[in-house]
This record gives sequence, structure tokens and C-alpha cells, in this order.
Amino acid sequence: MTEQPFLSVSNLTKHFGGSGFSRAPVVRAVEDVSFDVPRGKVVGLVGESGSGKTTIGRSVLRLIDPTSGTVRLDGVDLTAMSARDLRRQRAKMQYIFQDPFASLSPRMTIGQILMEGLGIQGTGTRRDREDRARAALKAVELPADAFDRYAHEFSGGQRQRIGIARALALEPQLIVADEPVSALDVSIQAQIVNLLRDLQTRLGLTMLFISHDLAVVEYICDTVIVLYLGRIMEIAPAAELYANPRHPYTRALLSAIPEPVPGRASRRQILTGDIPSPSNPPSGCVFRTRCPHAIDACAQVVPPLEAVGRDHRSACIRNHELETAEAVPA
Amino acid sequence: MTAASTSTEIATPPARARGPWVRAWSRFRANGAALTGLAILIPILVAVATYPLWWTFGPNDIDLKAMNQGPGPSHWFGTDGVGRDILARLLQGGRISLTVAFVSVVVSIVIGFLVGAIASFGGKVVDNGIMRLVDLAMTLPPVIFLLVLASIAGTGIVPTIVVISLLSWPVLSRMVRARLLELRERDFVVASRGMGASMWHLLFRHGLPNCIDIIVVYATLQIANAILLEAGLSFLGLGIAPPQASWGNMLNAARSTVVMEQYIWQWMFPGGALVLTVLAINFLGDGLRDAFDPRSDLN
Ligand SMILES: Nc1ncnc2c1ncn2[C@@H]1O[C@H](COP(=O)(O)OP(=O)(O)O)[C@@H](O)[C@H]1O
Ligand code: SF4
Ligand SMILES: [Mg+2]
Repeated sequence: MTEQPFLSVSNLTKHFGGSGFSRAPVVRAVEDVSFDVPRGKVVGLVGESGSGKTTIGRSVLRLIDPTSGTVRLDGVDLTAMSARDLRRQRAKMQYIFQDPFASLSPRMTIGQILMEGLGIQGTGTRRDREDRARAALKAVELPADAFDRYAHEFSGGQRQRIGIARALALEPQLIVADEPVSALDVSIQAQIVNLLRDLQTRLGLTMLFISHDLAVVEYICDTVIVLYLGRIMEIAPAAELYANPRHPYTRALLSAIPEPVPGRASRRQILTGDIPSPSNPPSGCVFRTRCPHAIDACAQVVPPLEAVGRDHRSACIRNHELETAEAVPA
Repeated sequence: MTAASTSTEIATPPARARGPWVRAWSRFRANGAALTGLAILIPILVAVATYPLWWTFGPNDIDLKAMNQGPGPSHWFGTDGVGRDILARLLQGGRISLTVAFVSVVVSIVIGFLVGAIASFGGKVVDNGIMRLVDLAMTLPPVIFLLVLASIAGTGIVPTIVVISLLSWPVLSRMVRARLLELRERDFVVASRGMGASMWHLLFRHGLPNCIDIIVVYATLQIANAILLEAGLSFLGLGIAPPQASWGNMLNAARSTVVMEQYIWQWMFPGGALVLTVLAINFLGDGLRDAFDPRSDLN
């Protein structure tokens, strides 16, 4: 048995609504998701919009309470923790938001924003807090005079740097980055991803990196989790996932990337049909309504994640039949 | 990524540092009506605050040789039926009326904000309970509510403040609740929670500053309202009782047809002061509403 994972998520499930007086159906945003993130590693969470990425990210930091399942950070069960204890744990784990405009208060200066968390956690003297906030600003390569300005004076990319600095100011060990670049201009995306990657390596951060874009994830992640309708379809080391995707959904996603790898172009598959509603997911394999390989049996059982290689698991009952890339639709 | 591309993005010099207050003030300054309101209000406030320093008569000094005297060189605004100086009573009445209005608005802001905060942060059951209570308070006919309250509380400055405060907070608590419910889901508030913020921190570091626009606008409009309520109550004999002066109980004199027809200065001046002040405050309130309009921050 090796070292225990720094972050360990087990059987995480989150349903929205369905209780009380509302007659709206239950939204099954996340269903039975388990994964580990070793210390200092980056795990990517990929899926289309609405697949439950944000819900997982926020449940991991207990910004929302999961319906069931446990989240362990450094061996400590966050889901069982009292609100008071949890508040003290929060310095260890920080969130980076998707929307660089909504995530910064319009009524606070950048300095106040960066020192807020340190004040809440009661870190050091005011002077120490200011030093740390200024250091964080420097770490994200923003000019020192940004300290006394307001968020509306900055561009999207600069705001995203401020959001990153805010998370870093607390010197966390775990970062959940929720699509940190998808709201940005393509020309700026690379800068921010590079910055995150540099900071991650330099500070030895453990990171859950959320994205709907497999191309972005390939660059920064050690391991990639492919999510569909709140369930894990496939988990593999990044290089392995791109070289040897096993799940039909992952294959479809990869073939949709604009610059096809030579040799992969021939197997190009286009996803047809809409994503089913998470309030009424298909029985059995949730991907079956869009899967080119679906057979009757796919509607019967929820396919378990099974090993298909070293650290590589895929949730498809036809894993072994479809092993060869040339597999034809049934 | 190249070093050059980094520097181009960073080098874009951000505009002059302008905080939310500075921007609100520059919008306010551009509003003519609001400035007029301010220009009327400031002299009134100064006069009311300083009158004992420059006016010879006290509000309750009786000059038996000058009863029901019209405006003239010694009594500028004339005298009333027992020979008291109208200007002195007007200014003292202004002190009382404006103090009652100001204090009752402060009290109703505190109650309104806290009730709105408890409703929005306290969970579904608390929220439902409180909001039904607020609905009830708002659907009761205000005149009847006011009269019942006033007859329980009695007359005088403190009871009048209590009555007016109790009548006005529900409107504010509704607006605060709606704003806080929306704010709670905003990312920067989630971020604050994610850094370990307590309820207290969320409420006073994020909730309150982001309700300032609501509160400022409520305060100005409600001050005008409270002045009128005080006048109404005192006019009916339920607010500030004579011999203490207030604009409302000075108007009370006009209930007599003789005063109404022959001694018009006895009710015209307090009536005029009332109308002028309320109008000025309303102009000011409109200007503040525009100045703090969150939508105007977007451009
Ligand atoms: N607070 C909420 N109440 C109800 N449904 C929600 C809520 N948050 C998310 N959902 C639903 O849960 C599903 C997953 O959402 P989300 O985690 O935001 O997906 P993603 O981040 O992958 O786009 C979506 O169908 C979404 O509509
Ligand atoms: S289980 Fe069936 S439907 Fe699901 S991915 Fe595999 S083949 Fe397709
Ligand atoms: Mg999302």
C-alpha cells in the first residue's frame, strides 16, 4: 500500500431539489463519483456543460453539501466536519472561479480582496497580511500598483490573475480550478494555463482542474477524468487517454478536437443527438442514447468502472470487444 | 506563450483608480434636480440647527402685547394666538420634526436590515415565517395601524419615533432580503465563504456594502415620508403634544376657521417649510437613486 492520496472522493452524489414543496423533478447532477488525487498532482475533470463538473468541484470544497459520499483531505473527512472546524480548514483548499467578472467584489480594492481570506483566518498582523497579499500579486505577474485599484479597471485575463492570487494568498495545498480559462479570449487562455502550471509546479500544489476542453487539459493534467451526465466514463493518465482512449464517449470527444492527430482522423465520429436531461437520465449506461456502439444490454446495467490498463479504467460493458480502434458500430 | 505576449496584457494601464463612491458622486453631481434639492435643504438644516444663536425669541416666549400679529420687523413671521414668535416655533418645530424623522429612519433601517438579513440567511422556515409577518404588516391599512399604535404608545418624541419606525421597516426588509438572496449566490460571496467567512463577516463585509444603494435611497425617501407622518400624527394630536412645537402641531392651528382665514401666516409658514423640505429631500433621493444604480456601474 502506497501513501494515502491527498484528496480522496468516494461515492460522491449530489441531487438538487426534490425535497420540500417544490414539484420540480430531482436533478441528478452527480452520481456515485469516486476518484483520488495524489499530493502534488493535477487531475483534470472533463465533460460537456451540465455534466456536473462545477457541482463536483464545489462539493469537494464543501461549498455545497453533497447528498451522499465522502471527501477526505489529507485523511480528514470534510463531509463530516462541523461548520466551525470546516472554516478553519478552508485555508488549505481554495477555489478558482470560471467567471472573472462575477468572482471579484465590485466594492473592494484588489488589496482588500487579496487580504480578505487572511483576515478571516486571522493570519499574522495587518502588516504580514499586506506583505503576503503583495507577494501573491507578484506571483501572478500583476503590477504592484494594482493593489489599490478596483476590479472593474482590469481585463478578463487580469481579473483571472487576481482570482488566482486570492486563492494563493492563503497558501493552500489544494486548488480546485473551475474552467479558469473558458471565459477568456483564446489569445489569453494559454498565458493563464501556463501561469497555473508554473505555480502548481513551483508550489507543489495539488489541483483539480476542471475544463470542458480536452485540449487544455492534456497540457496541464497528470490524470484525466471524463464525465458524462454526472458519472465517470473513463479515468486514465493524460498521455494514455489521448493515445489510447477506450470509452466510446472519450473517443467521440477526442475526434471532435479540431486538429486531428494523423491516423486518428479516419476514425472520426461525430456525437449526434442532445445530452439527456439529468433529471431523467437513461437507464443503464447514461451514454447509450448517443453511443454508436450501444446494444440492448447497455440499458440493463450501469456499467462499472473496470480496469482496462495500468491506472486506466473505463465504464463500458463492451470495453473488451471495442478494444481495437477499428471497432464497428453494432 | 512568449514573454512579449505576457507584457502586452499586463502593460495595458488600468484607468485612474475610481472607487464605487467616487463614481456615485460624479453621477450625483451631474444631476441638476438633486443639487437643487441639496441647495434648498442645507440652508434649512443650518437655520434649524443654529437659530438660538441669531434669533432673539425663544419658541415658548409669550409676548402678550403681540398676539396674532402679522409678519413685521420684530416678529418676521408674525406671532400666534398667545403671542409666541412663529419663526422661533418654526425653527424649533423643524428641529423636532427633522429629529423625529431622522431617528425613526435610522431605527427602521437597523430593524429592516437585520430582519431582511435573518430572513435571507436563516433558512427556509425562518424566511417563510418572517416574510408572512412582513406581508401582514404591509397589508394592514397604514392609517389604522398608525392610529392604533399611536394610541398605545402615547404622545411625545420617543413614542412618535417608535410608531413611525414600526410602520416603515417592512418595506426595507423586503428589499434587503431580495438583495441578499441574490448576493448569496454570487461568486465573490461564495469565494468569501470558501475562505472561511462567518455569517457575521458575510453580512457586514459583503451584505451591507452591497445594500448601500437600497439603504441610501430608502433613507432619503423615508425621511420625507416620516416628516409627513409626524406632521399627520401631530396634526391629529397623537404625535408631538403642545406646547412643544413641531411642524405638524403648528398646522393644527389651521383647524380653526378664524386662523385659517385671518391669520394665514400661522399655518402657511409651517406648511411651506414642510412642503419645501419634503420636495427637496425627494429630489435628493432621486439623484441618489441614479447615482447608486448598480446598472450604471457596468459602463
Ligand atoms: N443549485 C442548483 N439547483 C438545481 N440544479 C442545479 C444547481 N446547480 C447545478 N444544477 C444542475 O446540475 C447539473 C450539473 O451542473 P454543473 O455542475 O454546473 O455542470 P457543469 O459545471 O459541468 O457545467 C446541471 O444540469 C445543472 O442544471
Ligand atoms: S455501455 Fe454500451 S452504451 Fe455505454 S458506452 Fe459502452 S457500448 Fe456505449
Ligand atoms: Mg461549470
